[in-house]
Amino acid sequence: MNEKIIINARVVDPSQKLDEMGAVIIDKNGKVKAIGKKVTKKDCPNAEVIDVKKNILIPGIVDMKAFVGEPGFEYKENFRTLSQAALAGGVTSIVTMPNTKPIIDNVSMVDFIMRRGRDKSKINLFPCASLTKQMEGKLMTEFGLLSAKGIIGFSDVNKTVQNTETMARIMDYASDIGVLIMQHAEDYELSKNRCINEGEVSNRLGLSGISSIAEKIIIERDLSLLSEFPCRYHINQISSKNSLEVIKKNKLNGKKFSVGVSINNISLNENDIGDFKTFLKLSPPLRLEDDRKALVQGIKNGLIDVIVSDHTPEDEESKRLPFAQAATGAIGVETLLPLALELYHNESLPLNKIIECLTINPSNILKINKGTLKKGYDADICVIDLNKPWVVKAGDLKSKSKNTAIEDKRLQGKVLMTFLQGEAVFKN
Amino acid sequence: MAVVKKISAIKNSPKHLLGIQNLSILEAKKILNEAKTFIKLNRSNTKKLDSLRGKTQINLFFEPSTRTQSSFDLAGKRLGADVMTMNMSNSALKKGETLIDTAMTLNAMHPDLIVIRHQDSGAPNLLSQKVNCAVINAGDGRREHPTQALLDALTIISRKGNIEGLKIAICGDILHSRVARSNIYLMNMLGAEVNVIAPKTLMPKSIERLGVKAFTNMKKGLDGCDIVMMLRLQNERMQGSFLPSKREYYEYFGLTPEKLKFAKKNALIMHPGPMNRGVEIDTKLADDINVSLVKEQVELGVAVRMACLKLYCK
Repeated sequence: MNEKIIINARVVDPSQKLDEMGAVIIDKNGKVKAIGKKVTKKDCPNAEVIDVKKNILIPGIVDMKAFVGEPGFEYKENFRTLSQAALAGGVTSIVTMPNTKPIIDNVSMVDFIMRRGRDKSKINLFPCASLTKQMEGKLMTEFGLLSAKGIIGFSDVNKTVQNTETMARIMDYASDIGVLIMQHAEDYELSKNRCINEGEVSNRLGLSGISSIAEKIIIERDLSLLSEFPCRYHINQISSKNSLEVIKKNKLNGKKFSVGVSINNISLNENDIGDFKTFLKLSPPLRLEDDRKALVQGIKNGLIDVIVSDHTPEDEESKRLPFAQAATGAIGVETLLPLALELYHNESLPLNKIIECLTINPSNILKINKGTLKKGYDADICVIDLNKPWVVKAGDLKSKSKNTAIEDKRLQGKVLMTFLQGEAVFKN
Repeated sequence: MAVVKKISAIKNSPKHLLGIQNLSILEAKKILNEAKTFIKLNRSNTKKLDSLRGKTQINLFFEPSTRTQSSFDLAGKRLGADVMTMNMSNSALKKGETLIDTAMTLNAMHPDLIVIRHQDSGAPNLLSQKVNCAVINAGDGRREHPTQALLDALTIISRKGNIEGLKIAICGDILHSRVARSNIYLMNMLGAEVNVIAPKTLMPKSIERLGVKAFTNMKKGLDGCDIVMMLRLQNERMQGSFLPSKREYYEYFGLTPEKLKFAKKNALIMHPGPMNRGVEIDTKLADDINVSLVKEQVELGVAVRMACLKLYCK
């Protein structure tokens, strides 16, 4: 590979507090050689020049929660389609979830997905293993051995360890060996057989609602345990104002943990469910507009660290059912960034805050060398046209499953190019 | 041309009866007026008409039901339709067939009307997207039971002449009740003031957003009411999960002659049935023909369902 220089770019890299017109030089090994306003063509006369015409250049996005159907659910998504969808959305690194069939809870499974991922996808994959064996919430998995094989974190995805003693032991053990625990916060007794937010919409649709207490109570429990067993603890997704208050109290007390939110919960609210749109059946559920606003505010003042796509491909058959029976989740890796930019366009969040939650923050939590364009780091880059208008059409999305929660939504901002280790892997 | 098309689109009644929420006041009144014409017929010796002769009506019941099912059955037959009742609670679904597939299968038999009861809220809406005939909701989950609300309205009108200006209390397990929801929408629409009364555990959160006043006390909730609608309390909810006991529920929320005195002097009692005597209602009160409209509700139910079948059948 020849040296490259990307010129005429508005470089936004929150990890270096950069937001300026400038250029990036990528060396022969696909690493960043120089970045910023002082960099010009003169610094590398022989390099290939790419003029991005004043568009925005950011580090490739790190999505901390996505589901890839392999193994077991290849009909929903596979490594190839996930990688295509990701690159089209400027996502260059993905943390994959272990709720496959079989579940990724042992070392041999890790080898399999590492190999499949390497052969079939172009993106950087960081697989998670399950927190408990078979995701049953009872017995912890081999944190040490799995980490040694390259597992980035441990999560039961959309399941929660209900037993307090088990959770305490998990956190105690994890605190010693330094692995990342990613919890889905949901009390089953309070959420059993329920599917949307408890409130006016659940009344009108006649669906039983999940109170936000179901989420809050697990967060409170885990944060209490965290005082005793200070491990690397991350809450996958929060959905309500209530939870945010608990998080605020604990963060102000100096407790160290991190918090994620799904792009859906900061872009949509329960009214979007309309007349039983099963594509908007999500976990945690969409809640009130007040909750949505509070979550956006939570990002602004740093209570929430990362925005994830919660990419959950589901085939049509599992969605074309009465709402209560329909599968939960929506795809989102390809629309993560454009949908997040809506919050910039409607002046809810500054651009650098959004990019920070999509790049350097997840990288820091995961302790990976991604999400930044500092000198010497991999040149994973995304170039975006901040203002380009477009309409989301499920048929145009690259995921194998088409269950987008934002069909026909008008968005502003689109990915023009994605580079992976200096190589242009996607062009629009 | 475009203008003509538009007018005819307004004239056409909507294709399906999925819930009171989707109904306009004109449509509701049209159904009630049509139903009035059937009351006399149902009391006469010859009850058969031929308005739906040659039409096929399928009753698709995924949940067991006696009154609603027989009421729809009879209503169809009295209008001359060929009625087929399918009891789905122990049928194809057990073999793994989805609702959509069942719908497609039935649709291929060219029915003109499908009456559906389903345990999942929204199931009739889903069905209506996949079939060519009219779909009538006979109760879905805890969402709606539109014909029950319409027959309740007709019963009130037949006694009180009008619904506008009345004060109506709905009392009991509001949380799980589709009858309560449909009645809240319809009675509000027709100009009544609605109170709901329930113990806190059976009261849905933010129910006030549906335009009602919520009470946990019979005395306050019944104050000034013209109509008291009691709801059935399911057995499994009486024993500790939602309520301490039957006895305690009856003490505080069971309708007794003493509690009825909190309402207006000539207040009338309704119940969608089947009743738990001695749990939500005093047994003598339930049978007192001077105050209880229970039998009339069942009677007018057939008339209302005839009206719905006739108006929605293409």
